[in-house]
Amino acid sequence: MKIGVFICHCGSNIAGTVDCAAVAERASTYPDVVYATDIMYACAEPGQDAIIAAIKKHGLTGVVVASCTPRMHEPTFRKAVERAGVNRYMFEMANIREHVSWIGKDIEANTNKAAELVRMAAAKLRLDRELKPKSFPVTKRLLVIGGGVAGIQAALDAADAGLEVVMVEKQPTIGGKMAKLDKTFPTVDCSSCILGPRMVDVAQHPNITLYAYAELEEVSGYVGNFDVKIRKKATYVDWDKCTGCGLCTEKCPSKKSYDRFNEGVGPTTAIIIPFPQAIPKKASIEREYCRQFNKGKCGVCAKVCPTGAVNYEMQDETVEVKVGGIVAATGYDLVDWKVYSEYGGGRYPDVVTSLQYERMLSASGPTGGHVKRPSDGTEPVNVVFVQCVGSRDPSIGRPYCSGFCCMYTAKQAILTKDHIPGSQSYVFYMDIRSPGKGYDEFTRRVQEEYGARYVRGRVSMIYPKGGKLMVRGADTLMGTQVEVEADLVVLAVGAEASANSSALAEKLRISYDGYGFFMEGHPKLKPVETNTAGVFLAGSCQGLKDIPSSVAQGSAAAAKALGLLSRDMLDSDPQIASVSVNRCVGCRKCIEVCPFKAIQEVDMRGQPKAEVIETVCQGCGLCNATCPQGAIQLSHFTDNQILAEVEALCRF
Amino acid sequence: METVCLNRSDDAFVKAVEDESGQRVSRCYQCGNCTAGCPMSFTFDYSVSRIMRLIQAGQKEQVLSSGAVWLCAGCETCTQRCPNEINVAGVMDACRHIAGRERKFGARAVSAFFKAFMDSVRFNGRSHEVGTMALYMLYTGRVWTDVELAPKILPKGKMPLLPHRIAGRREVAEIISRFKQGLSDPDLVRAGLDAQGKSAKEAVS
Repeated sequence: MKIGVFICHCGSNIAGTVDCAAVAERASTYPDVVYATDIMYACAEPGQDAIIAAIKKHGLTGVVVASCTPRMHEPTFRKAVERAGVNRYMFEMANIREHVSWIGKDIEANTNKAAELVRMAAAKLRLDRELKPKSFPVTKRLLVIGGGVAGIQAALDAADAGLEVVMVEKQPTIGGKMAKLDKTFPTVDCSSCILGPRMVDVAQHPNITLYAYAELEEVSGYVGNFDVKIRKKATYVDWDKCTGCGLCTEKCPSKKSYDRFNEGVGPTTAIIIPFPQAIPKKASIEREYCRQFNKGKCGVCAKVCPTGAVNYEMQDETVEVKVGGIVAATGYDLVDWKVYSEYGGGRYPDVVTSLQYERMLSASGPTGGHVKRPSDGTEPVNVVFVQCVGSRDPSIGRPYCSGFCCMYTAKQAILTKDHIPGSQSYVFYMDIRSPGKGYDEFTRRVQEEYGARYVRGRVSMIYPKGGKLMVRGADTLMGTQVEVEADLVVLAVGAEASANSSALAEKLRISYDGYGFFMEGHPKLKPVETNTAGVFLAGSCQGLKDIPSSVAQGSAAAAKALGLLSRDMLDSDPQIASVSVNRCVGCRKCIEVCPFKAIQEVDMRGQPKAEVIETVCQGCGLCNATCPQGAIQLSHFTDNQILAEVEALCRF
Repeated sequence: METVCLNRSDDAFVKAVEDESGQRVSRCYQCGNCTAGCPMSFTFDYSVSRIMRLIQAGQKEQVLSSGAVWLCAGCETCTQRCPNEINVAGVMDACRHIAGRERKFGARAVSAFFKAFMDSVRFNGRSHEVGTMALYMLYTGRVWTDVELAPKILPKGKMPLLPHRIAGRREVAEIISRFKQGLSDPDLVRAGLDAQGKSAKEAVS
């Protein structure tokens, strides 16, 4: 074997604290190394050309590059060696930047460590084998989880481009949080007017199959060929028969059900159509409020239904779908603001959440668009908005900024003035965060044109006084404690990852952060990909964002999915496990530890043996580490290769 | 410190300040550029940006009884630097006028000096330093203020003991009295300004 070693300076990033020429010199003495040099920027075009030239000139059969992390440039160098006719797996990388030069200043020690790391890489390379990917066919169908604005955008873009799309929404209607909003910032255009047509498009698109009131039960398979189980929850109404006439919702005698869509602003019935523009516009029964289920008799909806669609015997149903890619767009939920006893903790009816306030402002909401105090139904004059309720608060484990509250609060203050011209809004804020296009101008307009009084400071307590609410807080710019007598208090409640997002992440085998937000592949360069091939992210499930950004990310996720599913065949990664049947004793330990269900038991002449399903294996190596016999080996990371590295390091 | 009730914002005061200064105080976003550059800040009880904030919140009493509105030198550094192009010095000036009308003198020595200076001009048609000083001492009772400077300045002839009165001093006094009338009745001033504008336009045409 003829190994070439290239020590990258990375400008001064590495060369500043590592003697690269000395490392190259020492590398030239390692076994099988026939050529070693240092190079200014290995990843740049001249650097790659130098590697290719050296391969040709010296007839190299393997290459070691000592530079940055393989996460950064391993694909770059693999492509480079391939261009020179060397198999891409006959390449090893030693990380002498993140692991050496960036973390120590002692040049001698760094140079020694870098030389050792190169020795390890060269020792492993000597045992590398040429690997060739296999190709497999792709299922040209996309699953979109979540029917909010991000999911809708992703589904429509993908469907318009010709992909079959399956959308799963856990609520009885799509539309997500945006459907609950009255108006949108910074243009104050009607939310349902701009979202409604998109929702209708989803329902009518020939390429989109919508499963509303359904949840993702199980995902197996791999990129290009996922097997998905979807559980359609029982609605107790046959949606094939239901025409959405709404007669049942008028006649239902159980009129005190919690109205989830309207955030509990008003009561609703047990059989509901969430809102007039719901898609699908079909009725469903909320079992916990239904008299038929609770008392065993009622049956009013079944009696009045003109099409006989009501079916109390309905059961959950599971559908199985095969898809090639998945877009997760599961959105967010509101933080539980009731932990704040200083804001009343839910005791005062006239302290409402921002989302409840949206439903009050909305003409299709329970108050018909009239802002009223929940306590006595009167119109408020002084409205106090409290920002950062559950945002930027490490004490409740929510240290992050929710990102959109400043803007929707400004919008709500404008709408308050529009609805009640004689009203006065007060906004308690910590900072006004308005970095979007036209956003800062919007927050200025609400103060300068709509006369909202912005107070920089936190609210310390809200207490009732003679039918009103006293709001006490600070005005740090004035340097005093302040008080406002309010008729209505609106809490700009922050957002968090939607409930059960971590469970979904585990089903999809994607990572999530400490707050339950899904992890993107790279914070800058792979914002919609995940580290699991074929799974993409859109909207607030990846990190809180407003409508324009959610829509942009929805389109981006669709573009990425289309890029993947436009191919007929995909190459599999050959760095996967394989079983030596001679050594395998059929103990099943590997089957148990495999997180991808990629190993199955097969019968070989009456003996149980493990077998790797090549297309499912992700090459994580858990089986390799677990196997007591050393029978299952991960290509490119075999026990012998790891041991060779250890031996190179522990020579003395 | 007292808790400020934001409902009790004196909107009439805010409007008066805005009308007299011709500025919109709601445009101030409290960046603090005015305070940062103010050369008189070391003498202020409330910094300029806090005065702006107090005006926004309609806290008339605190603004008008502050020393800052009197101690402002009117150098207009704040006006120059305001990113929202608010004439902050003009706002301070308007507050000073309103405070004067309401006989609130947060920094009595400053208002006394203004009065001494104007009285001297009224008597003589131009300023007379020794006279101004004497009046200032009379109004404030601060007899020894800066007296130690006199031996240095007197021999140079910079402080003639007797005033040089000008011929038109009666007309100058009339200007001042008209102005004072105007102060007690801002509408009159505005009417006068309008009339002036009209006549100026007529003169042009």
